[in-house]
Amino acid sequence: MIWQALLLQGGYNAALVSIGAALLGASAGAAGAFLTLRRRALMSDAMAHATLPGIGLAFLAMVALGGDGRFLPGLMLGAALTAAAGLWAVQRLARQMHEDAATGAVLASFYGAGIVLLTLIQGLGAGRPAGLETVLLGSTAGMLRADALVIGFGGLAVTCALWALSRPLAMVAFDPLHARMMGVNPRQMDAALMALVLAVVLVGLNVTGLILIVALLVTPAVSARMWSTTVTGTASVSALIGAACGYFGAAISASVPDLPTGPVIVLLAAGVFVLTLLIRGRADG
Amino acid sequence: MDEFLYLSLPPMVIASLAAIACVLPGNFLLLSRRAMLGDAMSHVVLPGIVVAFLLTGSGSGVVMGAGALAAAGLSAVMIEWVTRRAGIEPGAAMAVVFTTMFALGVVLLETTGTSGVHLDVEHALYGNLESLIWLGSAPPELLRLTLIAAGLALALRLVWRPLVLATFDPVFAQTQGVPVAWLRAGLTAATALAAVAAFQAVGSILTIAMLICPAATARLLTRTLPAQLAVSLGFAIASALLGYVLAGYAPLWIGLPFTLSASGMIATVSGLMLAAAALIASQRARAAL
Amino acid sequence: MQAGAEAALQVQGLTLRYNDVLALDGASATFPSGSMTAIIGPNGAGKSTFLKSVLGLVEAEGQVSAFGGPVAKVMARIAYVPQRAAVDWSFPVRVIDVVLMGCYRKTGLLGRIDRRMTAHAMAALARVGMQDFARRQIGALSGGQQQRVFLARALAQGADLILLDEPFAGVDAATEAAIIGVLKSLRDGGATIIAVHHDLSTVAAYFDRVLLLNRRTVAEGAVAETFTRTALAQAYGPALILDPAA
Repeated sequence: MIWQALLLQGGYNAALVSIGAALLGASAGAAGAFLTLRRRALMSDAMAHATLPGIGLAFLAMVALGGDGRFLPGLMLGAALTAAAGLWAVQRLARQMHEDAATGAVLASFYGAGIVLLTLIQGLGAGRPAGLETVLLGSTAGMLRADALVIGFGGLAVTCALWALSRPLAMVAFDPLHARMMGVNPRQMDAALMALVLAVVLVGLNVTGLILIVALLVTPAVSARMWSTTVTGTASVSALIGAACGYFGAAISASVPDLPTGPVIVLLAAGVFVLTLLIRGRADG
Repeated sequence: MDEFLYLSLPPMVIASLAAIACVLPGNFLLLSRRAMLGDAMSHVVLPGIVVAFLLTGSGSGVVMGAGALAAAGLSAVMIEWVTRRAGIEPGAAMAVVFTTMFALGVVLLETTGTSGVHLDVEHALYGNLESLIWLGSAPPELLRLTLIAAGLALALRLVWRPLVLATFDPVFAQTQGVPVAWLRAGLTAATALAAVAAFQAVGSILTIAMLICPAATARLLTRTLPAQLAVSLGFAIASALLGYVLAGYAPLWIGLPFTLSASGMIATVSGLMLAAAALIASQRARAAL
Repeated sequence: MQAGAEAALQVQGLTLRYNDVLALDGASATFPSGSMTAIIGPNGAGKSTFLKSVLGLVEAEGQVSAFGGPVAKVMARIAYVPQRAAVDWSFPVRVIDVVLMGCYRKTGLLGRIDRRMTAHAMAALARVGMQDFARRQIGALSGGQQQRVFLARALAQGADLILLDEPFAGVDAATEAAIIGVLKSLRDGGATIIAVHHDLSTVAAYFDRVLLLNRRTVAEGAVAETFTRTALAQAYGPALILDPAA
């Protein structure tokens, strides 16, 4: 059963999910490499949690316009808007306090607002809200061909953009002052990186859900850092780990009943990290 | 009036007590730049509860609380170990550890059939403040949170001076014979205790909000630590009460026959207070120039 | 001393306020082309801030012109070697990658690196005596070696105005000698060197000009005329007992 799934013979839907998860894993791994090099790992956590109010608002807006509220691009647009607002809020607050505190405050209050909106939607009984909370932990069970295509092309686009921007991104992460002297605008590069991470988060909502997407960004990246001494190498290894975990995680969860996809992918990535630590970790740790 | 006493007052008091328990360590986490530790702690509570339930088969609050506390302690040790051994920033180490533990909790929950029992992920995230009503006797959370909040306040009173010194200047504190490492571990333990206690009553999201938002709000508006602590307690209780009332009654005021998530609303209110404080503080800074 | 049109860098009335504290209070200075100047002054005198303000890395009031125009216009001709502690040493870059970061004005940010570019970077490494370390990760080097790599990055940039912030802080004697040798040969080739420096005993041996700074300019000029006991007492306060001639 598992072998069939791994070889893409577990049925059309299972194959679709495996390939989609692999592409998502690759783009998350690559984006996460730059994110952790810039020391902004937890920013993605705030961003992911801040998508929730947007999903609720988009749902309400679409129901008000007469739909059933389940139109995926609409939900993702809403998610993107509040995630961007959350990011802006973190940056605004970080002028007055440590970035850590700003991140946590935004994460909690945006997420709280999202939950309030979800209870409002349930109370109103409008549209077809059932299953809206799958964005919390993701769900690949009902993944359609269109969803897999969105994930695949989204992941591919993110990876290409990272490839093109890898040098200025690396310069800003290594030494922002020098990057500025060399004519790179660190703010623009940070904004570009955050936009790419946001794209990964949005795409990942369908697979791992908003609580665990941060693992797909960070865990392969910190493992990859211990295997490579260059930025390109780190990003490539990270993408490879992400792709493998996505692929195998989806295949395993498809063949074992009740095993949710997102958490399995995260546990596989954690396994790779533990192995890496044992082999390449600092002895004095 | 009776309805208020039995249905609304207990959850409001519990929310306030949870807020107090979180704010006490929260102020010091903020100052020692470990604010996100609360985020990590409240996520790892889930696997602790699930494992405790699987091992003992008991759904009692004390057993689950012990499991959650053990998981929180384990994750704190793991975060430190990963930070050092992998040589990465604490934030990334935190993200790796808490997502792994949380994923483990979800997998255990889904595959062992515990999900039907009393436990589910959404409950863990939102909490279920509205159900903590007075049914013949006080809800057990009330007594538990009272004890924990009082215990944390007492502990803070005892170690206040060395803790302030160790937070402000750990290197100097070390030279003065202050047990900095112990205080740091103690703060972590206090955070875990507050997170676990608050989590069982109000869910993880409110725990994170209360660990960070009131302290950050107070820090923007005050200049001394005692003032910051006092003001943050005020903000925490205010957001707990205001949030609960808004969630419970605001829909009724506009004629909607249901209530909203109280935990979510309290978290939102505390975030709005922080936003207001940030605006006020920057206005003040501008006026001072 | 001829200044004016010859000046590589001219600073007029540089003022910077952090909250309520004046970090710089109307500092002015002129740095002639082909000169090598030490910026000295007590702790908290605003030496590092002076360099950062000149480069526009912090926003200060005052006029700064480099090669007769605004600094932003001639950034390509300016290199800055920051204080050692500024970067994450576990970052996955090799020595050669760091030096190549100095070349990107030529390739454009998105262009690929060709063999000529790598040779150029290797030559810069050779000038600071670090060519054998090109493939090492930057964190695997000693502090002095790291400092030399950052100087090589400035060399690869091909700048003719080089600002250094405490280049000799915490480095070994071999590095100090290597750095000063490279800086002198750059100066002899027409470049202008400005370094924040704290070791008063080596000022006369290393530099030909000095700027005494204590939030404002206390004195500036050739070492022989400016580096005097009176000026030092003015900058550091009378407590400093040190004979600059020694």
